[in-house]
Amino acid sequence: MWKWLHPYAKPERSYELASTLLPWFAVSSVITLLIGTIWGLAFAPVDYQQGESYRIIFIHVPAATLAMSTYMAMATAAFVGMVWQLKLSDAAAAAMAPVGAVLTAIALITGSAWGKPMWGTWWIWDARLTTELILLFIYIGIIALHNSFEDKVLAGRAAGILTLVGVINIPIIKYSVEWWNTLHQGATISKLDKPSMPTEMLIPLLINILGFALMIGALTLIRFRNEIIDRNSMRPWVRELVAQESK
Amino acid sequence: MTHSISYWKTFSNVLRRDLKVAVRNKGDIFNPLVFFVIVITLFPLGIGSDSQVLTRIAPGIIWVAALLSALLSLERLFKNDYNDGSLEQMLLSPQPLFIMVFAKVLAHWVLTGIPIIIIAPLLAVLLHLEEAAYGALIITLLLGTPILSLIGAVGVALTVGIKKGGVLLSLLVLPLYIPVLIFATGAIEAAALAMPYAGHLAIIAALLTGAITLTPFAIGAALRVSTN
Repeated sequence: MWKWLHPYAKPERSYELASTLLPWFAVSSVITLLIGTIWGLAFAPVDYQQGESYRIIFIHVPAATLAMSTYMAMATAAFVGMVWQLKLSDAAAAAMAPVGAVLTAIALITGSAWGKPMWGTWWIWDARLTTELILLFIYIGIIALHNSFEDKVLAGRAAGILTLVGVINIPIIKYSVEWWNTLHQGATISKLDKPSMPTEMLIPLLINILGFALMIGALTLIRFRNEIIDRNSMRPWVRELVAQESK
Repeated sequence: MTHSISYWKTFSNVLRRDLKVAVRNKGDIFNPLVFFVIVITLFPLGIGSDSQVLTRIAPGIIWVAALLSALLSLERLFKNDYNDGSLEQMLLSPQPLFIMVFAKVLAHWVLTGIPIIIIAPLLAVLLHLEEAAYGALIITLLLGTPILSLIGAVGVALTVGIKKGGVLLSLLVLPLYIPVLIFATGAIEAAALAMPYAGHLAIIAALLTGAITLTPFAIGAALRVSTN
């Protein structure tokens, strides 16, 4: 595996790989998101309990589930960067952080917009909402730490350490918030926990989750390419690239 | 490489040095403590002097104030050593970094955690905390404040090389303090209602054990990044 993987430790090769993958991710994510969203918003059946307003699920659930997954991907990249000292792995983690933060914000905003008609309030201290909010704080902390270092290599390593500290803490935070919630408020509104979902709703939802995942991939690739260029801006191959682009 | 100094000697030397430095700058010990007292005084002034309301929110107030004052005193942990170069000497020395970092964090806890534990019951009187909850308050502070020092030290180690790292530090560290806050206040509230709270304490103790074993490695790695 190492023989196959080794050339990609070179920024130039990784940049090329990212450039070849990017159009595939971008096109497929646009297609799946279009199919999933149009199906979900226009053709999926109306929910008998929540009416039309449940349709925000097709944005909310993909964003919420993948916000956590993005963090896991980021932590994996940070771990690889820490153990095998691959600087590009840190760059990949740094590229993912803002994407994950925006996803978390989308999940929170759509969640509270959904909460208004359903629960009658924009915000309740529900366990999942709270966990998501704390996740957003952790993302912001990582981004802020990354931005406050001049040297991008050091910034990547520092952010990597924080990401790994966070990954140990996130499950603890998640469970502590859940227990806190059951301790403090007796009746939690859990209309979200429907026993099952009809297939006509589930399929567009799954399509949209896939679409979101592909979109995250595409955005990460774009940011990863920028990160590589930023870190290697003095290298000859980057200069050649710039010269080619500006022709 | 010969270990001319034993691990215990390393540990006690660093600990003694940090305590001595702090005793000679007494402000470092007293300022966070005064901050703690003032923050707690502000709450009744802001909320009103209704003793029932204060009883209800006393555990939360005391613990949030403890978090903030721990945060305030954290920066001192590595800053001076970083500025005068002794931190770099520590990183270069053949002694394991784990032990030295652990001694420094322990010194920080002795200087900032213990005074808070001593003064907290007094402030709990001001907030009309339920009498049954005092024991829980002390035990949670005893188990919880070392976690604050340990997790906080990771944040300080990451930000020590950055100018104006103070605000950034709070951004990094406060979200990680949430589990301690939840379980500590949960235990105190349970004690106030005369319910068993051993489960909460067990979880805080588990968090403490995890923090003791894992954070010194993170602190060491972060210091190596910061002093690069």
